[in-house]
Order: sequence, then structure tokens, then C-alpha cells
Amino acid sequence: MSAASNKEPVVGRQGGGLYDWFRQRFPWDQLMEDHVTGYYAPKNFNWWYVFGSLAMLALIIQIVSGIFLTMSYKPSAEDAFSSVEYIMRDVEWGWLLRYMHSTGASLFFIVVYVHMFRALLYGSYQKPRELIWIFGMLIYLSMSAEAFFGYLLPWGQMSYWGAQVIVSLFGALPVIGEPLVEWIRGDYFISDVTLNRFFALHVVALPLVLLGLVVAHILALHEVGSNNPDGVEIKKHKGPDGKPLDGVPFHPYHTVKDLPAWVMFSLVFAAIVFFAPEMGGYFLEHANFEPADPLKTPDHIAPVWYFTPFYAILRAIPNKLGGVLAMGAAMFVLFLLPWLDRSPVRSIRYKGPIFKVALTLFVISFIMLGWLGLQPATGVYTVLARVFMVIYFAFFLLMPVYSKIDTTKTPPDRITYHG
Amino acid sequence: MSDGLNLGRRRFLGVATGVTSAIGAAFVAVPFLASWKPSARAQALGAPVEVDIGKLDVGSMLRVEWRGKPVWVLKRTPEMVEQLQMTDEMVRDPESNEPQQPDYATNRHRSIKPEVLVVIGSCTHLGCSPMPRFEAGDPALGGAEWYGGFFCACHGSKFDLAGRVWRGVPAPLNLVVPPHSYIDESTVLVGVDTGAA
Repeated sequence: MSAASNKEPVVGRQGGGLYDWFRQRFPWDQLMEDHVTGYYAPKNFNWWYVFGSLAMLALIIQIVSGIFLTMSYKPSAEDAFSSVEYIMRDVEWGWLLRYMHSTGASLFFIVVYVHMFRALLYGSYQKPRELIWIFGMLIYLSMSAEAFFGYLLPWGQMSYWGAQVIVSLFGALPVIGEPLVEWIRGDYFISDVTLNRFFALHVVALPLVLLGLVVAHILALHEVGSNNPDGVEIKKHKGPDGKPLDGVPFHPYHTVKDLPAWVMFSLVFAAIVFFAPEMGGYFLEHANFEPADPLKTPDHIAPVWYFTPFYAILRAIPNKLGGVLAMGAAMFVLFLLPWLDRSPVRSIRYKGPIFKVALTLFVISFIMLGWLGLQPATGVYTVLARVFMVIYFAFFLLMPVYSKIDTTKTPPDRITYHG
Repeated sequence: MSDGLNLGRRRFLGVATGVTSAIGAAFVAVPFLASWKPSARAQALGAPVEVDIGKLDVGSMLRVEWRGKPVWVLKRTPEMVEQLQMTDEMVRDPESNEPQQPDYATNRHRSIKPEVLVVIGSCTHLGCSPMPRFEAGDPALGGAEWYGGFFCACHGSKFDLAGRVWRGVPAPLNLVVPPHSYIDESTVLVGVDTGAA
């Protein structure tokens, strides 16, 4: 893949000048060659494949809107809530910046969930792409931490009690639990101190981690090459020029395809920002329009929708430590996916009926758990949460068995086109 | 060994440098990690709180804040104290074996004086604040089995009038009895043990 030992001037760019001066001192051409214009991606990418680049767009939106919010926000228990109101009412276009940031967070999660589902569909985590999956999971975890820390900042009732619930999860650990919780909070309760450090983590530490992981995710991808809906290796068939016959350069071919997706995304994004920024209480919870009150718990504490599947698993187990461990396991088991799948084929197109049924059940259970995480934890809801939790774990833990015994079709040697 | 290279020596020096750096890094990490502990100011703000219960009616409850947590002071009626025998059967830890209270509150009524209950009103499940439901026989909370107590609306945990947790609810432990003592007949000092009766 690393072509171009070209420190020679490119045709049309001859004759020195500033550009030449620059490229002799910086490997710009090599970077473009390796990752943009010379990176060959399969020709048969379908629409599922736009979500990686959409995630990048969502990240950019979060970073830009976040930087500008930081300029008017005050991270103290005294001022936080009113500084958010100040942004909403007094700062010019402040409401837009804030709604972009809050809507962006939810859409970022939607895009990433779809992106992960794409990997499930086409076996994109299978050998040799295990590390891409691992880096992706680390991105997902960092994003979750980022979202959690950010959610405390408006210092509303739900901010406060949501943080209280999540931080006290660590208290379930034997022996170190309570001191650990105190260390995280920096106080005997969620206070100004906690808010201040969560702010530092949200605006400095985790964004740096996220950016680093995104670079690692893409470098790992470009090292082994992209998977595709047929799950065949395009590198197996190369033309005389050494380029994959079933691939096209990422730019301009895939960038042009991603562009309409960015436009579509922007349309949806704008529609929500302008017409339904609270999304009926799902993107911005109603209880959060009240300032935090450490002495008054809201009747019903539910996390924002993107955490609810895991929250439902936490509550499904009538034992604190057990619930915390189950929730941790629900996240951790995703990391093992590349080694749980023993199927000889990658793509769902060539996998057998057992996998298709298992994947369908998994998707249903994930969505149902998400819904149940928003409901009160009583009676029938708890029973349902337990049922879907079992299906969730069964999808992963039984995978080594069913992916092996499933009947599979033989994948083609080269990629195929479906309309 | 070739070309006069002493590979063993080189490896030793490499490992020695690595180990020394790691020890140095661990020491450097200490101030950073320790800076997350409650500061001197946070510790000072966590000081004890005096509560005057002289004017508190029998059967009613008073809320004060100590270390940002709601502390409840409930003056129970003699019937309420009596009924704690009935709930022995329904609670997970009737004898208060778990260390959720100071020694002087390790009894059925979980308090220094039988009628005055001092507990932290923070659910032992995930820290929500349960609500008082003193009315016995509440149909939503088990009807005839309910002798009054506290109910946590977050995840459905139930506690009796001594803050003892029911069986089969998410909360694992009884409500915490904070260290407290009496300055005189009608003044409770929350946060300090001295002079416990």
C-alpha cells in the first residue's frame, strides 16, 4: 500500500514555490497517498458504510460546539445551572450552540450504534480486524464516559442524581468500594468539587483520549484494509499495478458517496435542533430543567436513552454487586466478540439461519432493554428485563457453539453487486 | 556477543533504566492521584451538625443536611416501636449484623433512645432518597404486611421504621445510622459519637 517513494516533484506542481518547500519538509504527499487518495476501499460498500464517516462528523460537531459552550459556561455548583440558562437566553446564538451539543450527543450514539451493528452484520471484527474492533469498543467506552461526565455539567436534578447513581456503582466493590467513591467525588457527596473535576475530564482529558483512539482505529483499519458486505478480502486479487481489482481509492470515490450522507445527516440534525431539541424528554430530560437539589431525589431516575440498555441490566438483578457486575459484563463481552465468532464466513449474506435468528433476537433484546431502562423497575418490567438480559448474554456466550454448527454458504471469490 | 558488544550488560542496563523509571513514575503519580481526595476545605465542611428535637412532634420527622446527605430524625410513637417486632420477619437483617450503624445503635430499634431514630435518608442501593410512608396497610406496599416505613421510588426498595431493609428488594443493606450523640435531652449532634448513652 505504501507507494510513492516520490520526493520527485509531481507533474503539474513543478517549479518549487511554497508548496514544494513545504512538502520537502513534511510528508504530506505520503499521508494523502497512504490514507486518502491511495487508500483502496472495496467497490461494493453500501449505505451501512457511511456511518463511520458520519461518526467523524458528529465528533467534529461536538468538539466545535463544545469549545464555544465552554466560553460561557461556569463549572461551579453555584453558577453552573444559571450559566446554562444564560447561554440559552442571553448569549447570542447560545441556544443553538447548546442544542447542537445536546442533539449531537444523542446522534453521535445513534450513529455509533449503527456503525457497530454494521460490524455485526458483515463480521467486520473477524480476523484480521480484531484490533479495529477493540479500538472501536474503547472509543465507545470513552464516549460513554465523556457523555456521563458531560451530563453532570448543567447541574440539573437529573444531572445530579444520575451522577449519584453511577458513581455509587463503584461502592458495590468489596473493601475498596467506599473509599473509591469518596476519591472519585472528592467529597462526601456529589458537590462543587465533583462538578469541577468532571468538567476537566469532559473538556480536556477525554476528548484527547477520544481523538487518539480515533487515530488508532483508522490506522489499524488502513493497515489491514476495509471489510465489505461480501466479507471477501479485496487484497487477494490485485491488478498489474498492485492495486486491488475490487477496490477504488477512498478519495474521490467514497468521499463523494459519503458527502450525500453528510448532507442527509445534517438535515436530520438541523430538523431536531430547530424543531425538537428535547425530543420529548429523550435527548434532554425534563427533570433536568430543575436545579440540582441534594436533598430531594426525583421520583424516577432514568439515564439518557443511550445508556438505558445497560441500566436495565443493572436493575434486573436484585443484588447490588451482582447488578454492577452484570452491567460491566454486558459491556466487556462485546470486546470478546472477535474470538466468540467461530463462523468460517464473515458476512451475514453467507451465514446460516441460526446466526440470522440470533442476531434478530439480539437486536430485539437490545432495543427492549433500552426501553425497559426508561421504565420504573417494578413487577412485569423487571421480569421482562431479566428475559431480555438472558437473550443478550446468550447471543454472545453461545456464539462459539452456534456459529460453528450453523450452515454457511460459500462466499464468492470476488465481490458481488446487488442492484 | 559479537563486535565487542556485551548484550547481557546492555539488557541489564535497559531493564534497570526501565525499572527505575517505573518507580519514579509511581512516585510522581502519588500527588496527582492524592489531589482527588477530599480537600481540607471539603473535610471542614463535613463537620458535625446540631439538631434540636425538643419541638419535634411525636410521630413526625425532621430532615437536616449533613455532608450533603439528608439525615432523618424521626420521633417514633410507642406503637411504631412496638411494631418493629412484626417486621423482624420481613427484613433482611433484623439483628443489624451488617456494620451499617455504630455499636450503640445495634439493636431492634437501631437507635440510642428507642423512640428517636437517626438515619441517613439515602437508599443503600444507589443513593436515592426514600420517602416516608408511615401509614400502615398501604395497598401499594404490601397491604396488611406494611407496618409503615420508607419506600424508595427509584428502584422499589422498602425499609421499616427502623430503616431495616425488606427482603427481595434491590437495596442490600439497612439504612446507615450516622455517628451521633446527645448533647442534652433535646439536642442531637449528628456526626460525633462522644457521650453516647
